[in-house]
Amino acid sequence: MKIQSPRPVVTKMLTGIQGFDEITGGGLPRGRTTLVKGGPGCGKTVFALQALVNAAQRTKEASVFVAFEESTRQIVANAATFGWDLPALEKKKLFFLDARLSPDVVKAGEFDLVGMLSVLEAKAKQIDARCIVFDGIDVLLSLLDDSVAERREIYRIRDWLSHTGLTGIITQKASAPDGDQRYSFLQFMVDCVVILRHQVLDGSAFRNLRVMKYRGSGFSADEFPITLTNAGLQLTNRGPTELQYEVCDERVSSGLPRLDVMLRGGYHRGSNVLISGAPGTAKSTLCGLFAVAACKRGERTLYVSFDEGAAQIVRNLGSVGIALAPHQKSGLLKMYSTRTRGPNVEDQFGDLRARVRAHRPTCLVIDPLSALSTKLAHVASADAAQQFLDFLKGEGITVVNTSLMDGLSTDEATATGISTIADTWIHVSYVVQDGERNRALTIVKSRGTGHSNQVRELTLSDEGVTLTDVFVAQGKVLMGVARWEWEQEEQATKKRTQVAADLKRLQLQLAQAEAAARLQVVQTEMEARSAEIAVLALATGSASRLVATDRAVLRKMRHADEEVGLATRTGAKGRAPRNGEGEVR
Amino acid sequence: MGKAGGKKAALVLRLYVAGSAPNSLRAIANARALCAEHFVATRHELEIVDLLLHPEQAMADGVIVTPTLVRLSPLPARKVIGNLSDSKQVLLVLNSQ
Repeated sequence: MKIQSPRPVVTKMLTGIQGFDEITGGGLPRGRTTLVKGGPGCGKTVFALQALVNAAQRTKEASVFVAFEESTRQIVANAATFGWDLPALEKKKLFFLDARLSPDVVKAGEFDLVGMLSVLEAKAKQIDARCIVFDGIDVLLSLLDDSVAERREIYRIRDWLSHTGLTGIITQKASAPDGDQRYSFLQFMVDCVVILRHQVLDGSAFRNLRVMKYRGSGFSADEFPITLTNAGLQLTNRGPTELQYEVCDERVSSGLPRLDVMLRGGYHRGSNVLISGAPGTAKSTLCGLFAVAACKRGERTLYVSFDEGAAQIVRNLGSVGIALAPHQKSGLLKMYSTRTRGPNVEDQFGDLRARVRAHRPTCLVIDPLSALSTKLAHVASADAAQQFLDFLKGEGITVVNTSLMDGLSTDEATATGISTIADTWIHVSYVVQDGERNRALTIVKSRGTGHSNQVRELTLSDEGVTLTDVFVAQGKVLMGVARWEWEQEEQATKKRTQVAADLKRLQLQLAQAEAAARLQVVQTEMEARSAEIAVLALATGSASRLVATDRAVLRKMRHADEEVGLATRTGAKGRAPRNGEGEVR
Repeated sequence: MGKAGGKKAALVLRLYVAGSAPNSLRAIANARALCAEHFVATRHELEIVDLLLHPEQAMADGVIVTPTLVRLSPLPARKVIGNLSDSKQVLLVLNSQ
């Protein structure tokens, strides 16, 4: 064989398997061979089929599927359950080779795949195929019953793939430990190895996918949970560890005006709100408020409830004035109730994903999310919850979910660990005091929003839901009747203070009036004195004028001819005549 | 048994091979030897089809591996895969009802 020049860059073929294309940075290596390995029921065939269907639909690339294990009819029927119309694709884009040997075929000596490969090559050329799947090749090769011959045939396939330049997908069973050994060399031979695993933990089935090897490309080597949804295989997508979400500054109302104030404007759009609390602490009520507020804004909303029927929720919330029914009718609100028992957690989240895709909500309620995860104390279920919430965040959906606390413990830790990815965490607890049980609401945390650190009392009545200030007195938080009493006391005190203030004001007014009166007296007295002064001045002035006149008359009588100016001065100045008088003397 | 079948129809065999692949060459040799040894008295036909030259025929006839020997007549059709080195097995099939 001649040495081929290495292909410089690995180009990739998208599989359309949600999540897989992300963790491998674009899908399967193009022009190279991928081994998909797993036990029965892991989804190996689905994996391969999905890649082909995706190629046919998205990039219009044709493919060949060689089925060694199942009949073409079976595969077509299985594919139809995922909504893949293989017969339609088969016309141009897909060629099926039923490579099963009928059971009555007798083996008489060694055989090989030379003929089959030449047939496939001719067919691939004819339809211009880019990809080929060998599904269940071990079924055929085990007939050889000779490990050396088996290996030879596998190398033959590899060489053939390399020579034709087709992208190869080989599926292989991995249940029997010795079978594992037998084909272990396959893993070394191929460029990419995908391991599918099916395990049962506590009666719940988990499917996982792991990329074990990928030559010439980076990939996430972790084991990822997968689900078989009605759209095919799906990685419960954790994706790459780098989190990239669209961040939004917009706020949406919690449906409770007072709570919006406490959060300085409501929840962030696209954020994840956790409401935790003991049973009966009105968690569902808060969910209902949120849902109704969303619908009133005209937003599509999905309300998922576990172990409680939708009709019952509608009735119960109606009793506190939260009307869901009109929004159900308008189609904005979709209620979905399911049991936590039944399919495994992964599948349930897969189901929820499908429902989210179908209804396209911008607001989502999950009540309670812990119902799914308390079922299993496994890391896997918490993972599943987290990944689901991650997915919702990626979609920009505002989520309000509740988490049930065990009993009445005041412990604020949640079993699910989802509290760490909750952006806003509201805790509702009971405060038992003076023979009463009251609900206390606090905001434990709220990322990116200022928030009140105050405890508020949550009260439910026919009129609706309200948050009330609580009173802190003598180091105690007062709620319920105690708060009411405190309020009454407060009011009485206020009244007393008011009266006292009124009295004081009156007294002051009186004093002011007295002062004013005194001022009036003084003023009047002032006026009187002024008058007296005026009178005095008048009297003195006329007396001197009289004297001056008398003197003038006298002088006239004496025929005095001098000092006319003097006489004039006398008229102007009061004192001059006195001088004149002196002179005269 | 073989003679009973020979009364009405000849034994018609078709051998699918892939060019000069070792197993194919061996199968041709084995088939010829077998016919010469066991079916001299019977009127028989042995057709050899090279899949490298006629790939579409393999598809039509449902041949997966090479070499494959098919008994077209007498019916029902029978198939043997492999290089026919196990002549006992081959004879069992060819002589079967």
